[in-house]
Amino acid sequence: MARHWWKALAILLLLYVIIAGFTVKIPIIGTNGQSSRGLFFHVPMWICMYTMFTVSIIYSLLFLSKYDLKKDVIASSAAGVGTFFGVLGFATGTLWATYTWGGTLTDDPKQMCTAIAILIYMAYLVLRMSIHDIDKRARISAVFNIFAFALLIPLTYIIPRMVDSLHPGSATTPGFASKDTDGGMKMVLYPAFIGWTLLSVWIFSLVVRYKKLQLKNIFK
Amino acid sequence: MKKSNPIHQTLTLVKKDLTLELRQQYAFYGVLLYIVSTVFVINLMMGRPDDKVWNALFWVIQLFVAVNAIAKSFMQESRGRLLYFYSLVHPRCFIAAKLIYNVILMTLMSLIALICSIAFLGNPIVNALYFIGMVLLGGISLSLLFTMLAAIAAQANHNAALMAVMGFPLIMPVLMLLANISLSAFVMVYQPGLPKMFLLLGGMDILVIALTMILFPFLWKD
Repeated sequence: MARHWWKALAILLLLYVIIAGFTVKIPIIGTNGQSSRGLFFHVPMWICMYTMFTVSIIYSLLFLSKYDLKKDVIASSAAGVGTFFGVLGFATGTLWATYTWGGTLTDDPKQMCTAIAILIYMAYLVLRMSIHDIDKRARISAVFNIFAFALLIPLTYIIPRMVDSLHPGSATTPGFASKDTDGGMKMVLYPAFIGWTLLSVWIFSLVVRYKKLQLKNIFK
Repeated sequence: MKKSNPIHQTLTLVKKDLTLELRQQYAFYGVLLYIVSTVFVINLMMGRPDDKVWNALFWVIQLFVAVNAIAKSFMQESRGRLLYFYSLVHPRCFIAAKLIYNVILMTLMSLIALICSIAFLGNPIVNALYFIGMVLLGGISLSLLFTMLAAIAAQANHNAALMAVMGFPLIMPVLMLLANISLSAFVMVYQPGLPKMFLLLGGMDILVIALTMILFPFLWKD
């Protein structure tokens, strides 16, 4: 049981985040209203996505140096789980945008760039499906994965920070720095980061085990 | 043939591609017909569009021209011939030659697309030199990224549809930047952050070249 303590921690933290996230007292600012509670669910999704994509590219690089198919299984599972969390992050973000920006899909650069980044990773998943030879699929998708990650960083980190955006953290709007975030919200936000990330790692480990079972004839 | 010098090898490969192109002329006229018919269809459908629509249509035409022109550069290489090159030259020389050849091809195609668009869709461009520069820069950016994607697609059984699926999300940021930068050629407006966008575009080009050079040898091991 000693190995599974982090799963219990994930459940406890997420229970706390969900209960406290909807009940904790938050400052009501202008049009934000109660929608600020989305912060506890929106930001952690991106942290999960980046964690997964980083794991994915590291294992793609490792695959290209050793040509070990197990590394490819890990890389592809991480990319799949990362895309899933990316879609969730996009959904929670658009929900917030509907009530504060006045539109679900605005032409805001941050939103557009993120949508493109998720599309690139979906292209990665489609690319994997289209190649039947396992070794070839592993090699080609590892190369594409490195490309995808190289474009993910400018798309989601550099461009949105340079241009004017409604999203916090862009050129003209302040970000959620530790200085201007309400203390009560921080009490929920930081556990939320840890809880959701642990959950994403948990899902990821399950996907990896499932895929290894699928390919057990090859791995022996 | 001097085998030792990589630059010499690359240039020989470029020369071989260009000679092949000059002899066959199939890809060139095929894409030419493609450009003219696309622009003509747009002309039939909407006559002379206004500035913003013209700009958007032009870059969409450029995108499809790039896909068609560059997909051909790997399609025409048969499996046996690729194996032959593999035994002769380093993969890095091979991909460098393809990059140079595609840049030359796409520069030419971009200029033809520009002339066709002006002929059929009217000329809303105020700042002509600036726009021509943009078109060349855009053609080069598109050709660089699509060369790598064509190489990937060629590995996956020459699947042209795959190239579109992989390529369109990847090319979107480049295309967005290009369309935004080239808007300045239509009306004299002040665009904040214009130099930054140029810098970003150049940075992306360098990133793509570097990644292609590093990753192509892995792709080629079969």
